This record gives sequence, C-alpha cells and structure tokens, in this order.
Amino acid sequence: MPTSPAENALPDSGFDQDFFDVAVLGAGPAGLAAAGSAAAAGARVALVDAGKRTGGQYWRHRHGDDGKHHTGWSTYQSLEQAIERRAERIEHLAGHSVWQVETLPGPMFRVNMTTGDGERVILARTVIVATGAYDRQLPFPGWTVPGVFTAGAAQALLKGQGVLAGSRIVVAGTGVFLLAVAAGLAEGGAEVVGVFEAGGAPTSFARHPVALARNLTKLGEGAHYTRILARHRIPYRTHTAVVRARGAESLTGVVTAKLDRDWRVIDGSEQEIDCDTLAVGYGFTPQLELAVQLGCSTRLDFDGSLVAVVDADQLSSSPGVYVAGEATGVGGAALCVVEGEIAGRSAAAATGHAPTDGRTAGRLRRTRTARHQFATALLEAFPVRPGWMDWPDEDTIVCRCEEVTVGEITEAITELGAGDPRAVKLYSRPGMGLCQGRVCGYAISCLVADRAGHTPTVADLQGVAGRPIAQPITLGQLARAHHRSIE
Amino acid sequence: MAASTDVVIIGAGVVGAACAFYCSKAGLDVTIVERGPIGGGTTASCEGNILLSDKEPGPELDLALLSSRLWTEIAEEIGAHRLEYQRKGGVVVATSESTATALRGFAAHQRHAGIESVDLSLDDLIELEPNVTRAAAGGAFYPQDSQIQPMLATAQIIRHVRRTGARVITGTSVTGFARGRDGAITAVRTDSTTQPTIPARWVINAAGTWAGQIADMAGAPIPVLPRRGFILVTEPLPEVVHHKVYTAEYVANVASSDAGLETSVVVEGTRAGSVLIGASRERVGFDRTMSLPVVRKLAAQAVEVFPFLADVTLLRTYLGFRPYCPDHLPVIGNDPRAPGLIQATGHEGAGIGLSAGTGLLISQIIIGASTAIDLQPFRPHRFEEVAAR
Amino acid sequence: MSGTSKATIQFSFDGVALTAVEGQSIGAALIAAGHRSWRTTRINGAPRGIFCGIGICFDCLVTVNGRPSRRACLIDVQPGDVVVTQEGAGHADLAG
Repeated sequence: MPTSPAENALPDSGFDQDFFDVAVLGAGPAGLAAAGSAAAAGARVALVDAGKRTGGQYWRHRHGDDGKHHTGWSTYQSLEQAIERRAERIEHLAGHSVWQVETLPGPMFRVNMTTGDGERVILARTVIVATGAYDRQLPFPGWTVPGVFTAGAAQALLKGQGVLAGSRIVVAGTGVFLLAVAAGLAEGGAEVVGVFEAGGAPTSFARHPVALARNLTKLGEGAHYTRILARHRIPYRTHTAVVRARGAESLTGVVTAKLDRDWRVIDGSEQEIDCDTLAVGYGFTPQLELAVQLGCSTRLDFDGSLVAVVDADQLSSSPGVYVAGEATGVGGAALCVVEGEIAGRSAAAATGHAPTDGRTAGRLRRTRTARHQFATALLEAFPVRPGWMDWPDEDTIVCRCEEVTVGEITEAITELGAGDPRAVKLYSRPGMGLCQGRVCGYAISCLVADRAGHTPTVADLQGVAGRPIAQPITLGQLARAHHRSIE
Repeated sequence: MAASTDVVIIGAGVVGAACAFYCSKAGLDVTIVERGPIGGGTTASCEGNILLSDKEPGPELDLALLSSRLWTEIAEEIGAHRLEYQRKGGVVVATSESTATALRGFAAHQRHAGIESVDLSLDDLIELEPNVTRAAAGGAFYPQDSQIQPMLATAQIIRHVRRTGARVITGTSVTGFARGRDGAITAVRTDSTTQPTIPARWVINAAGTWAGQIADMAGAPIPVLPRRGFILVTEPLPEVVHHKVYTAEYVANVASSDAGLETSVVVEGTRAGSVLIGASRERVGFDRTMSLPVVRKLAAQAVEVFPFLADVTLLRTYLGFRPYCPDHLPVIGNDPRAPGLIQATGHEGAGIGLSAGTGLLISQIIIGASTAIDLQPFRPHRFEEVAAR
Repeated sequence: MSGTSKATIQFSFDGVALTAVEGQSIGAALIAAGHRSWRTTRINGAPRGIFCGIGICFDCLVTVNGRPSRRACLIDVQPGDVVVTQEGAGHADLAG
C-alpha cells in the first residue's frame, strides 16, 4: 500500500490512544517529582514505568515495606502522597516498558509501550525523560563468573526481593554508593569481607567546602553508612581494586591489588580473598536511549558519561522534551527530585498550566544549584582512571552478550582499521548483543579511544548510545499492530 | 604534497574496497580516501546480499553473474570465514498458486540467461526451510545466491590490499580536483592538513549514495539518489533460517519506480545468530527518522513467511540509503566530461554483490585490457544523452 | 528483613520443586535457593545468572514454561512455573 510522506506524518497506529499533557517516562525520584508537580499545576499526566511499584532503583521496595532500610524514605512518601492528592489527573502506567517514542508534528509524542504480551500507546504534548541510570562496569578477568554482581544488583535483590546475593561478600569499585551497598548487606546479615575503593577516601571532596556546607544532610548519610561499616568491623580500603575474580561455575574468590594514581596495579600488592559473592560498580551510566530517540543533544559529563543537555527549565534541545534526573548527569536522588519538580512545572506551563506559586521557581533553582555543586564535587572525587585497562587479559570478555574479548577488539582496531566504537562494533560485534552495549559501551569507548591516544569523546559515546528499540518487543506484537492499523 | 599514486579511490565502502582489490592485483599503486570509517556508509547498513535470483536477463545480470564468480575467488583468496562468506542459496516463496505459476515462468526465463534454479513444491520448500509457513504454494531454489557480512568483508579486503602496499586515509573528505591544461584530473584535494593534495593518474568515484556530490565537484554530474531501506535484527537464535528467503513479490519491487513505501520481506540467518529482516524501499531523501509503520509492516510480512518469528524478539533496527539512478542501472566507467575520472556507483540495493565485478572492470579500464563485459549500458554520461535527445 | 509475612508459592527448576515468596522474581527465588546460574552462553557455553539484577544486562535469561530468554530478574514467580536451564539462545525446537 503506497503511502505518501504526508500521509506518513500521522499514521494510524492501530491503537486507542489516550491523550495527556505530559508523559513522564520513569517513576524514580525525578519522575515521581515531575509527575507530582506537573499535576499540581493542573496538567494531565501519564506516569510510565516498567516496575510494578514507583520509586525506581533508588527506592526499590517490596509490598508492605516499612522503609527503614531506605535512605530518604520520608521524601519518597511525600512524593507518593503528592501523586495520590492529584490522582484524578495522574494515570500511573505500572508495568509498562517504553520501547519507542515517536515525535509527530506539533510536536506531539506517541509513547509506544509493551505490557507483557500486550501493547499500549499514548499521545502526549510533552515528554519528561526521567529514565535514571544503572551501574557502570569495567571488565576484568573473571567478571563473567556467576557470583559477580553489579553493586546495584546486590542492593536490588536485598531491597526489592528480600534476598541476600551471597553469604561472604566483597564490595568493590568506586564511589559512595559502595558504602550504602556494603552497609545494607551487612545489616541484612551477610558477612561483608571488605569494601575496596579504587579511588581515594571520600573525604577528598573536602576541597569543595561550599558544596559540602550546603549539603550536610547528604554528608550525614555517608557518615551513617561509615558507622554501620565500623559496627560490623568491615575494612574499607582505598586505592585498591578487585582485579580478578576466581572460579568457573561459581565465584570462589577474588584478587585485590593496590593501585597507583592512574589505577595501574602496583606489582606485588595482589592478595587472594575467599568469597562467594562480589558486588562491583564504578559509578553510573545514565539510561539515555529514549532521550537519543527523541533527538536530544548530548554532552560529556564530569564522570565521562554521555548525558542530555538541558536548559534552566530542564528543556532539552528537542522542543517539548524535558529531561530530569540522572539522564542529565549523575547527581543522586536529592538532585533528581528538584530537577523533576522543575521539569514537571516547565512541562505543565508549556501545555497551558502555569504553576501559580511563582516564588517557588526561584527557590527550586537555588536548591538545584546547590545540589548540583555537591554532585559535581562527588563525581570529581571519584573519577575512573585509565589504568583499569591494564587489568584485563587478551582473552578477557568485554561484551558479555556476544562474548567478545579484549583481543578481538584490539584486532578490530589494529588489523581492520577501526578508529571509533561504532566501527569496532560493526567488525567484531561487541555491543551488538541483547543488551545492545548498555553494559560494555563505556569500556569499548575507553579501549578504542585509548589506542588512539585520547579519552572517549561525545561522538565515541554516541556511537554506543543509540537504541532504536529501547525494550524487547516480539515481532508478533509488531505484526498485530500492523494488521490493526490497516483494518 | 603527498606522494603521487596511480589511483585514488574515493570511498572505502564495499565498491571502493573491490576497486582497490583489483587495481592492486593489476599492479597499480592505490590510495583510498574515506571521509568516515571503513565500510561505514551504505555498506554498514545493508544485508550483504550477493543475489542472482532477483535479476532479470540484461546488463545488470551480466554484471551479477561476473560478480558472483569473482566473489568465490575473493573468498578463496582472503578466506571465506574472514568475510563470513556463505554460498547458502536463495529460496523464493510463492504465497499463492498464481504467484507460484508466475515464479516458475520467471525462473525458466532466468535459466536461459545462466541463473541456476530449481522449482520447489511445498514439500521441497519445507525440506529446505522446515520453519516456513505451511500456507505457501511452492517456490524456487537458487543455489548461487550468497551472503557476506558486509562491513567485516570490506574491512578484511582493505586489510588485504594494505598488506600489498595500498594506502588508506580515513576521516578525510575530498574537497575538489586539480585539472591539467587538457582538462584531465591530475590530483584530488582533501580537507586533510597533512595531505591536502594527492596527485593521481586516475580517480575512482566510489562514494556510493553521496557520489553525486563528488561528480559535481568534477563537473561530471550523475543523478544518484538515496533510496531508504530499513532492516530489522532479531535476538540471536540457533540456525532456524537456512537460506536467503524472500517472497516472490520482492522480485517485482526491486525493479519498481514507485516513490512510495514498498516492503517485501527478505529473511535470513547470520553467522552471529540474529535473523535479518529487510527490504523496505522508500524515496524520502536522506531522512534518518525511525518509521514504526515500516518496521511493523516488515515484521508482519516476516511472520507470514516464518510464523515462529511471532514469538521472537526484535533487538534493533537500522536503515541505509541505497544509491540509485533513474534507470536503475549502475554507473561504471570513464567519464569523458572529466578525463581521468572513473565512476563506480549507483548499485542501488545490489552493491555488495555487484561490487566485485565493478572492481575488476575498472581495473581492466585502467590497464587498457578488454573488459569482461560490455560497459556501454553503464556509461556515466548516458543521462545527458537522454536529456539532449 | 522487614515486611509483612507473605504466602509461599511452588515452582520447579530443572525438575526440582522450589518455593518462592509471593511477588518474588524468578531470579531472586533461584538465588535464595542457592543457585548461581541457569543459563549457558551461545558461544563459550559458559554459565550465567544474575549480573545487573534490574533488566539491563540480559545475563539472567532462562526458559520459563517453554518460553526461552525471559529475564529472570524481572518476572515474578507464578504458581506452578516450570523453569528450565537455558542452553545457548534457546529455541532448540526450531533448529534443524
């Protein structure tokens, strides 16, 4: 059936399409705040999340959870209450995975979602991307052995499922998140053998005294975790990393090593540690595929992550598309909440629902500035240093899905002439598997850039960030929608 | 000024790589200039088809037959596994009795022109493709149809020619040409600070869908336009589709001049396990916007041919711009309007397959040998002749 | 851990009866039962289980009630679920 480009502009999707002023994608700290503030201003809001419950990764919880193992639980409760107060204007689409967002003329946005075996489509005049972040990983020998978990997985199992990932657990990587994970595991009853921080002590951001002073609450949170670690007599080692995991069918131990400033292993410092579980994470990678689908401009953040560019209203470079939370730069839940609130108000205003409390805007912006300063200080205190690239062997797997090794990536660069991550992907398949480079994209970018004598550029990271299909959908689901649209 | 070279090839896609392969073989000194990465344009966004089954007797078939033979030689020389070259054969499925009759006629016509084929009953079809729809009426098998992994093959061919002395300059755009007093091209100008001018006796325009811009710079315009095609990639699977499988309607669409969307599904497995579903064709310029209606239609057609695909997950989609000319024939040969310039583009959706023959023919032009097939139908200035008439 | 006590439900893994707490993911229930892996990779045949735990990495794929490549970390155990170790890409019934 030939169709002219003009007819293609607003093709029939074959669905009943509910219409909203604002579609908030993600119900974590930023998304919850955005939905609440947009609805408070009078906008009709769809709050979309793949999870059964709101809260995202940060406030991941079980039914009936009393929140005592959560940080900032009272904030979560007040955000939830704000949403309940505006329930008539907010539709919470739980268990809805967004796989594609189309920009239609207007602009107007069509959010395409799967619900298990079904599909659902909504239309919205604005979109707020609040898709959060996940643990950033660096490959090292043995990191594919079962029993090696991301730090976030160990925490999600505990907070969301009530299950300990193992019994004798090593926590490693970089950043203050490791403290939260170790403290949670210890309080949950695991034996935490040690926390190995590849960078320096968290106090190193004391060189940002202004940021510190404005964020004493957050600092108090760090102190809280440190006290728990002390109570359980958990050693905290800085300038130390897990550089090898041992075991075949299951993890039997790890090798730690002292690192120099650039994270290169100091010879002779290796130590064997028996454990059945490793929880590891090197900061976070913002989940950016929906922002990329929507054509948002991106930039390189302080931590080397690709993030969306936004203005003071959290508006991206794409008209009608707002971005809030970790997708604009990793900064923690408190920053996410204020960004979400601003984005919600901005999107509501753009759809004719200007918030009436004009003075709040200034307060929100000042809060955002302070929290952003603190977040930046934290990111600068825990950088990933290039020496990690010496940890893997030639046969260490980088791409877990397609099982592509460091050696194969090197061959693509040196033998086949690949000069950027996209070319490496096309020749050797890292990042072409089921996770579409979500896990290995950062590492591939580092490895390719390093061979060329630089650090990853925006273009390098963009080469591993585009995912036109953001969540799995079956061909059968797509086919059914096609048949509906032509009936 | 960079060292002089016999041949500058503009474009490191599969056509440029094949030209480099045969020019190097002929003893010529070769330099490839590529604005992006190796094999990063249309080569990176197609399926790697080396097809005879979709060709009608005529000049394109002559080129395809030559290329099909040459690909087996290239695979032997470089290593079939390095290119992921598979002579897997093509299976055309007829979904109705009338289509099956038409297909039998078409295949007989092709056999006279040198394309091997076998008519298939439904039982034969199921034996070749056990997962195919039982609603099929029959089909045809084309044993010569083959496949490569196009980006990998291009990179491997270029690696091969590099070892024999060819130079490859990536990330560098051509900005113009230097001409001698007689009007002949004497050098290629680039935006590179280290090699702003590359003197050459011959320049091959293998810039694919973007070859029109290069041709314009040389004052020898050719009407090369983009035709957009989407391809779907499934989750990795065991070997569930054994051949290149497509519906008989594809044959009609390939030769179509309709500007609107046409989809006729082509389904095939890959060495990596993913199934590729391709062949939408739209003329919408260089528009990179994702089109869900196209994706959904391709999915629906794929499920019709292979019902099991309904439960298979779509992993990603990609799109490419196939270079086509109004008469749907490639542009290959010396361009009299710019002596020294040899055009090598316009292969539309068949560039992977036709690249090998194109490369050989161009090397024959340069060394003054008689060409393996008649180049008259592919002459670059044919569009001006039509306009002048 | 806190939370209200909840009903346990029955399912099986590789033919062995297991229990899960209502609302628990298949991955969490398998970890709780002492399992670390329930899949082998396509290329190296290496064992894999949960890695990211939040649906990002696709390492925890498993065959549930005959359907391969389900993310064990995302889907809840349903009473009577038949969970089976997945070899390679699954879909072995179609290969041939």
